[in-house]
Amino acid sequence: MLKNNIVELKNISVSFDSEKVLDNLSLEIQDKEFITLLGPSGCGKTTTLRIIAGFVEPDQGDVLFEGKKINGIPAYKRQVNTIFQRYALFPHLNVYENIAFGLRIKKLKENEISLKVKEMLELVNLTGLEKRRVDTLSGGQQQRVAIARAIANHPKVLLLDEPLAALDLKLRKDMQTELKKIQQKLGITFIFVTHDQEEALAISDKVVVMDSGKIQQVGTPQDIYNEPKNAFVADFIGESNILDGIMLDDYLAEFSGAKFKCLDKGFEKNESVDIVVRPEDVDIVEPEKGMLQGVVTSIKFLGVHYEIIVDIGGFKWMIQTTDGQNVGDKVGLFIEPDAIHVMKKSEYSGKYGDYSSYSEEIEHLSDIIEEDEN
Amino acid sequence: MNKKRFGSRLVAAPYYVWAAIFIIVPLFMMIYYTFTDVNGVFTLANIMQLGRFKKAFGLSILYALISTIITFIIAYPLAYFMTKIKISSQRLILLLVVFPMWMNFLIRTYSWITILANTGIINTFLGKLGLGPLQLINTPGAVILGMVYDFLPYMVLPIYTVLSKIDKSMLEAADDLGCNSLQKLRRVIFPLSLPGVASGITMVFVPSVSTFYITQKLGGNKTMFVGDAIEYLFNLGPDFYNVASAISLVLMVLILLCMAVMNRFSEGDEEGVII
Repeated sequence: MLKNNIVELKNISVSFDSEKVLDNLSLEIQDKEFITLLGPSGCGKTTTLRIIAGFVEPDQGDVLFEGKKINGIPAYKRQVNTIFQRYALFPHLNVYENIAFGLRIKKLKENEISLKVKEMLELVNLTGLEKRRVDTLSGGQQQRVAIARAIANHPKVLLLDEPLAALDLKLRKDMQTELKKIQQKLGITFIFVTHDQEEALAISDKVVVMDSGKIQQVGTPQDIYNEPKNAFVADFIGESNILDGIMLDDYLAEFSGAKFKCLDKGFEKNESVDIVVRPEDVDIVEPEKGMLQGVVTSIKFLGVHYEIIVDIGGFKWMIQTTDGQNVGDKVGLFIEPDAIHVMKKSEYSGKYGDYSSYSEEIEHLSDIIEEDEN
Repeated sequence: MNKKRFGSRLVAAPYYVWAAIFIIVPLFMMIYYTFTDVNGVFTLANIMQLGRFKKAFGLSILYALISTIITFIIAYPLAYFMTKIKISSQRLILLLVVFPMWMNFLIRTYSWITILANTGIINTFLGKLGLGPLQLINTPGAVILGMVYDFLPYMVLPIYTVLSKIDKSMLEAADDLGCNSLQKLRRVIFPLSLPGVASGITMVFVPSVSTFYITQKLGGNKTMFVGDAIEYLFNLGPDFYNVASAISLVLMVLILLCMAVMNRFSEGDEEGVII
């Protein structure tokens, strides 16, 4: 397939106050794709977006738009539009005038503007609210005005900076579906920034996982989930049991004191590796039938399934199962070859351990703090 | 609950007392004097004869308008420029703007006399260059200058406060939607700063329209402004309190009208600007 890159970042580095925010980052974004920059706060995803928008100039590296270098071109001359995290609607203008803002700057005729605004209001389901002041709108409605205001200008690329972070969960899910629909209808490129991995998997064609100013992995949501490149990606996307292991030979790995058939090859003989096993890929069986044996140390009922923690030789596995167990039960673990994913050792090896200190509450809290920081 | 309410009332009490003694009571005294004659009998005569002060009202409003406009023209770019530089420089300029307010108002006005007088600093300097003495003091220009100089901080501060509070993402949104710097200023920054402009205009116009000191010292008592008229009448003695009160009351009504108009400008923006 012919590559059709609309935006290209080449060897971008940025520092703020001598702190490196982006470190030699390169990325190709194809026309008409829905791409998501995903990572924890401080990973550089928003900075990457702001470089494309023109709000940040890279210290090093080139930004290309449709193959042309656009370094130094001010934001107002770029053919991209942004949806800001807190929407940044103009409080002195009503809904109609907010959406018409970019069109007036372009000096369109009044009847063209009126047609365009009407079309946009229909697209985002806000017909009838033209005269409303933006601060009388709900969060979801403001979000829609922000979308309408941005796409009224027919940008070739729409940049979305955590646009759904301020919405409650249900509204957020609805808006995810709607954004995807709008993107397909308009046939333009969406570059979406989020720290919510579920959101990223749900709406993207391509996900770019970032951490400490570097791209960790680029791929489809399936790639990212099924074939994480390193311990960081495996830990950040979904739940994972990440173990130290040895690749004895092609298709044969050893971890937790046992040997397992797997589908991975191409490693050195006896190479030290990281092994990922997703909690939903482990079957609980009778202890004597299991490949590994352990003791259940905690159980949580989550509706669809149970989340149980099993201690195997001191390593706490998380397993999702539909069968209830009791704390203290001895169980066996059965793992199919295709459930095992082998990764090369990286700087992240050993940073993400087991589930011995796992607590849903703590994770939840850190999420809230993260949002506040933004 | 009750206790709390009592507590907060107690805290507010001194302010009520203050307001009653220094605002409400004088206001009623002014209204009383306006509508009574020397013997305390109700009359509209005081109001009726205000036509005699038509010219003073007109001049005061005209001068106040001119000085308010000039103050605005100086203050807005200054406040705007201040928001563009680094915080430490902003603080320094802010200090310089506020600095004259630490000095007594009368002394500040007096110092202009020594600068503008026929034997003052400027004319002495011009004389050394062989240029004739210019008539600077006792001119309309000197009065306007005095007003602008004295009231400039009251325009700069509210505008600066509002400008510096404008969300940066608003400016980025304007950039993003294609605004160049001028369009950004006209379509986003200026409209968003209107509440500050409105309170700046009010805070300069009100003291300008009622000042008597600046007009006397720098205008040379050649013309009578409203402030001068009030002062003059009060100085004549109790017999003239009634007319003086009438002028004050009418002036106050005019100012309130002007503030009402200004408030319409900034209407909708709940964030009041208070300094």
